[in-house]
Amino acid sequence: MGLTISFLAAAIVAGTPLLFATLGEIITERAGNLNLGVEGMMLMGAVMGFQVGMDTGNPFLSVLAAMMAGALGAGIFAVLTVSFRTNQVVTGLALTTFGTGFSGFWGKQLVGQSIPQNLKTFFKPFPIPGLSDIPFIGPVFFNHDWLVYLGYITAIFLGIYLYRTRRGLNLRAVGENPAAADAASVNINLYKYLHILLGGALCGLGGAYLSLVYVPSWQENITAGRGWIAVALVIFAAWNPYKALLGSYLFGGLDIIGFRIQGTGFPISQYFIDMLPYAVTILVLVVVSLKKSRAYAPPKALGIPYFREER
Amino acid sequence: MLFKIVKRSEISKEKSICIRILAVLLALITSGIFILLLDLNPLEVYWAMVQGAFGSKYRIEQTIIKAIPLIITSLGIAVAFKMKFWNIGGEGQIIMGAFAASFFALRFPDLPRPLLLSLMIIAAVVAGGLWALIPAFFKAQFDTNETIVTLMLNYIALKWITYLQYGPWRDPAAQGFPKIPNFSENAILPDLLGVHIGWVIALALVFIMYIFMNHSKLGFEIAVLGESENTARYAGVNIKKTILLALAISGGLCGLTGMIEASAVCNTLSVEVTGGVGFTAIVTTWLGALSAPIILVVSFLFAALIQAGSFIQTAFGIPAAAAQILEGMILFFVLGSEFFVRYKLTKNGGFSLNLKKEVS
Repeated sequence: MGLTISFLAAAIVAGTPLLFATLGEIITERAGNLNLGVEGMMLMGAVMGFQVGMDTGNPFLSVLAAMMAGALGAGIFAVLTVSFRTNQVVTGLALTTFGTGFSGFWGKQLVGQSIPQNLKTFFKPFPIPGLSDIPFIGPVFFNHDWLVYLGYITAIFLGIYLYRTRRGLNLRAVGENPAAADAASVNINLYKYLHILLGGALCGLGGAYLSLVYVPSWQENITAGRGWIAVALVIFAAWNPYKALLGSYLFGGLDIIGFRIQGTGFPISQYFIDMLPYAVTILVLVVVSLKKSRAYAPPKALGIPYFREER
Repeated sequence: MLFKIVKRSEISKEKSICIRILAVLLALITSGIFILLLDLNPLEVYWAMVQGAFGSKYRIEQTIIKAIPLIITSLGIAVAFKMKFWNIGGEGQIIMGAFAASFFALRFPDLPRPLLLSLMIIAAVVAGGLWALIPAFFKAQFDTNETIVTLMLNYIALKWITYLQYGPWRDPAAQGFPKIPNFSENAILPDLLGVHIGWVIALALVFIMYIFMNHSKLGFEIAVLGESENTARYAGVNIKKTILLALAISGGLCGLTGMIEASAVCNTLSVEVTGGVGFTAIVTTWLGALSAPIILVVSFLFAALIQAGSFIQTAFGIPAAAAQILEGMILFFVLGSEFFVRYKLTKNGGFSLNLKKEVS
């Protein structure tokens, strides 16, 4: 029992960077833009968050810097895909190349460094009074650092935003049928820009969670493909923020299961267990594409640039 | 709005090339500002980069050696991209090709050289092709998103050879250092004019793929399928078969890259066998407009950029990742410039002014 609880709690922590990135990509894709630069934006956020953390020792400033760095990457993507109508797949890949280079370049002198003690203390788990006393649920969900809680809140907030507000409805319309939304005098480009930027900020936050809390020291390519798993998780979650919670924590569990199994002396190589998240991602994609249900259909205008004059 | 966006009906080739060159220049200027922020003189750095890539016979050879895998991989990726199948699994396909070639190199080190090398090439092409057939099969059968599947397969392939390198294939003679034994002399591609023979293969493939893409039935079907699936269906193209064949070719070429790199460059299999070629090749493929001759030129220039990147790392202490930033930057600007190839901006208001005149 104790072992299960500690495993599940660790899965939530490991799933938190995935959650932020997945939520960011959901918001981006809901605006009809497929940004494959998640990995790049996460890396940009991770390195900037870490740098500002080292320089200022201020947790809020470092998180803010990470979000701004992610939004900066997303800004490049937005200008190119929305205003210049470039191919979204290639632009996203270029952003990943750029972000990887950016973090490798900037992080060169940070390699191996560890974040200041006061930041570590700040990002220590604190149990939520009352909630953390609930048996099983308490220690699994309510005994974490505040960014994990922020993850819950962000997911729920985005869920309400998407499904329960006028603006969320407009956003979904932009992703499904921009021409109709345009006719209803929704400012398409404004919606696209804002949500791509917000998505990038969330990806940056996901990256910063890795460098500031999860690892927490700098190593090159700290995301190790998590950005791509987040892109797949968006499909897994069917573009739904609530389901993103489930998917992220599930994959967080897969991420750490290797270490756990190795500790038990189970006769299987660690490298095969390391393949699990990637293999399961493929499996999930195949199963989802098999179902072909309406709930699992992407926003209809995903990947198509909108140009009023060309309708 | 001050400007109105108007679609160009046609654009001269010179003009479109001019716009792209301008884009590269802008990318260089923007990156130059970045270099300035590092308290370095951008002109000096750029000149050093030119020197690093072309400054001596040895450096030119190094540039060519770096261009070979880029050219072959880009040719492979171009086949998939032409179909709008976003194969970003070049890394994994290269790795699996290298793995299959290494299997023969390590298992039969004493076979006669031509026989062993041929076996390695065939094995690599088949392995790379099969690895690419996985996403192709799911795409053809269930319309599964290929971008993610190809990418995930990269990681799985990497973990697989990491396992081999740290496990069953580990060289016991390497004194605890985790490496796979070096290939025998017979498993290493020979040199021709100072550079391993891969350059001949690459040049031949540029020619072959040009003919294939422009003058063969399958090449035409791939292009039609990329333009519109419905058109392809009405034209009687067997869509599933075309997807599978195209990806077998795409992955096969990437696999061949793996064999060449393992045999001629690394002389063994290692987790670093790709050197990120699978990703860089996506950029060169796109900038090469999916056309074999342009891919040749762009790949060579990018190889020069990479070679220059490692040179400035030693000369100026600038991390090699700077070359990656420059890559991204060039790509951003060239992508953006395509907008100006397709559209032109005209001053808004001219039209309405004329209208007013007519009314009065």
